[in-house]
Amino acid sequence: MLTISTGNKAVAAAVKQAKPAVVAAYPITPQTEIIEQIANYVAAKEIETEYIPVESEHSAMAACIGAAVAGVRTFTATSSHGLLYMHEMLHWAAGARLPIVMANVNRSLGPGWNIWAEHTDAFSQRDTGWLQVFVGTVQEAYDATLMAFRIAEDERVILPTMVNLDGFSLSHIMQSLETVEVGDFIPPHHLTHAIDVDNPMGYGPMTGPKDYYRFRWDIERSMRDAKTVIAETEAEFASRFGRKYGPTEDYRCEDAEVVVVSMGTLGREAEVAVDILRNEGVKAGSMRLRWFRPFPDLDLKGREVVVVDRDYSFGFGGVVAASIRAKTGIECYNVIAGLGGQEVTYDDIAEFVRTRRIGEEHWFGVSE
Amino acid sequence: MYEIRIHSRGGQGGVTAARLLALAAFRDGKYATACPFYGAERRGAPVVSFVRIDDAPIKVYSQIRGPDMVVVLDASVMDTVDVLQGLKPGGTVFVNSEKPHAFPGFAAYNVDLTGIALAENLAIAGTPIVNTPFLGAAAKIGLVSFESAKQAIREMFQDERNVKVAEAAYREMIL
Amino acid sequence: MSSISEIPKEEYLKPCTAACAGCSSSLCLRYVLKAAGPDTVLVIPACCTSVIQGMYPNTSFNVPVYNIAFAAAAACASGMSKAFRSEGKQTNVIVYAGDGGTVDIGIQSLSGAFERGTDFLYICYDNEAYGNTGMQRSGATPLGALTTTTPVGKSEFKKDLDLIVAAHNPPYMATASSAYPLDLYRKVKKALSIRGPKFIHIMAPCPPGWRYDSEKTIEIGKLAVKTGMWVLWEREYGTLSVSGPSKTAMKKPQPIDEYIGAQGRFKTATPAIVAELQQAVERNIDRIRKEEEGIC
Repeated sequence: MLTISTGNKAVAAAVKQAKPAVVAAYPITPQTEIIEQIANYVAAKEIETEYIPVESEHSAMAACIGAAVAGVRTFTATSSHGLLYMHEMLHWAAGARLPIVMANVNRSLGPGWNIWAEHTDAFSQRDTGWLQVFVGTVQEAYDATLMAFRIAEDERVILPTMVNLDGFSLSHIMQSLETVEVGDFIPPHHLTHAIDVDNPMGYGPMTGPKDYYRFRWDIERSMRDAKTVIAETEAEFASRFGRKYGPTEDYRCEDAEVVVVSMGTLGREAEVAVDILRNEGVKAGSMRLRWFRPFPDLDLKGREVVVVDRDYSFGFGGVVAASIRAKTGIECYNVIAGLGGQEVTYDDIAEFVRTRRIGEEHWFGVSE
Repeated sequence: MYEIRIHSRGGQGGVTAARLLALAAFRDGKYATACPFYGAERRGAPVVSFVRIDDAPIKVYSQIRGPDMVVVLDASVMDTVDVLQGLKPGGTVFVNSEKPHAFPGFAAYNVDLTGIALAENLAIAGTPIVNTPFLGAAAKIGLVSFESAKQAIREMFQDERNVKVAEAAYREMIL
Repeated sequence: MSSISEIPKEEYLKPCTAACAGCSSSLCLRYVLKAAGPDTVLVIPACCTSVIQGMYPNTSFNVPVYNIAFAAAAACASGMSKAFRSEGKQTNVIVYAGDGGTVDIGIQSLSGAFERGTDFLYICYDNEAYGNTGMQRSGATPLGALTTTTPVGKSEFKKDLDLIVAAHNPPYMATASSAYPLDLYRKVKKALSIRGPKFIHIMAPCPPGWRYDSEKTIEIGKLAVKTGMWVLWEREYGTLSVSGPSKTAMKKPQPIDEYIGAQGRFKTATPAIVAELQQAVERNIDRIRKEEEGIC
């Protein structure tokens, strides 16, 4: 069905179709619309979901963990400080191999209080063992949420998955949305290590270094396998529903001499910048990084790379630029822009490319 | 791409006006986006929201700096906010007001959305609803078709009075 | 049935635990699980039970045990209970948490789970300190007690956990003691027969932490009850009744001196502190008596 929706409501629409048995959630701006919508679905009996209105995000994730290990499908949503408050339980969910799906509406971190888009909240959780995908449109927020359940629950993965969308600029924007008949695209969930009173086991007891180490390696092995599962799932999604996704969304990259790498809504804005630059005779392309964990293999050889980071690792640099440098060995021009919802337009991005200084870092809008 | 900036006050329904307009344009077969610029969510404070309408998919998320049209849902906002900022030369201004305002160099329209809402007793917590009558005015100006405007209202609201006020605004506004 | 013979023979805590000698909590676990039976999941935050269960890949329990982070036991149980009920399963979800994980770091998730009416049983076994990390002060440590972080004795009273839980108006809550297993067994049975959030607070003396000889665990537990330091009662749908062993004790409680004197942790407690403790005991007994008589 073709309709128009906010990013938040698109996520909720996908969750409704994935039919989780338990949703445990706590409100936080700008995510709240997702859980309000789910609460409405539950109240109107449009989904058979137990909605647990927990007293904190730490408890939201703990409740999802308790429900997930009982063998049912679970979902929650959060943002910013809520995600940070969950941090301990994020590690737990991944370590316990529970395929929980969560939407994180990317927002800056206080102080001072700021409710607008930034990616530092999600990147602060990059080592937790969660898969992380970043979306750029309302449609993609819906599609990625549907696929997240299938990817997380695949027996080769069994890891929690986080769908990230930019606060306000995507969570609250209204764009067209085509919903699909899911059919058997998301198969019934079966967790092989779910609690079974007829086969009692200890879950997560004291574990010596040898076994602990092996469990960590198991997570990494599944992260690597997840690349295949993601590719298969996205290919099947494309063949069933007609929309194609990949580890990156590339725009006019084939013959590009300079490529802008960015994430989320900035990656869409960057495509407009590329058109402007092309008109000026600059062979530019845009590569919007969709998957952050597992981190994809990027083909950037022989190109100049401009990375726009909507985040920062203090005392080091932009997280995306650092990741690209580490994974590809390619130097880049790293622009730090859009923190705390700072306005970044296609004109600004075009200017980043025109004035690039490979090997340097630039804080957009800071003059001293 | 046609870009519209809507000025209103918190609690007045300006964001919903943007969403209604985008939905109507979408029902016309256009691509449309509507986005609010949220500050602290405070009742009565001046707020802006944005609508973009185009024949091609819209990739721009940043705020509208040079709108083709400015909509003022509460005329008192003009006391403190320069609503004409960035408005393209020859652009359009719509003001919710009984009497016309002069904006030299721009096409100006007005209709009393508040009076139309009050005549139907259409208010939330004492605040007259001006966004659904605005859709009638928007259709009269030609931003969207009147049919799509009414369809958008019906998709978002069940109370048929919302359509009635749109019809009244469509009728009463003088081009 | 009126004796220990009503308690089933089945054991769900196997005799291979890693508990300390004289551990009263592992004794309680046996009776809790005998009352609950095999259709039960234990949810445990970091606490002595994390040690008692043994090391991966072994477990000393014959029911599923879910380990969860310190602050999160009640919230985890919330999700688990909802998941089981959504599948039509009546599996008992029992949190078995120490005092630190309950009165300190876990109080928020406990409060949330009770406010939401979660169908589960929360048991706090109270050894009045962080036991498995070597006895640090908790909010449940009594006035005057030595711990590794109160080297001259605690200068504050024990937090009144039961008043906090009572403020949530649960359908059932009770106190119990490792020294009175039949009373504990019956209370767990009754709690599990009721739907909604239930709470049992067990006084669980700890030989290494309280500094007494292992073989005296039952004796210390009984002394706590006989002196009124610990009162056994249950409150069902708001109505309080004092339990058998405490009925006698409340009529004429023994002075607390013998209880205090039997434990090394009180060796620096001055007569003034002991007097304060004694007064607190009397105030508490008075309050419980009035509530039972319907005066408050």
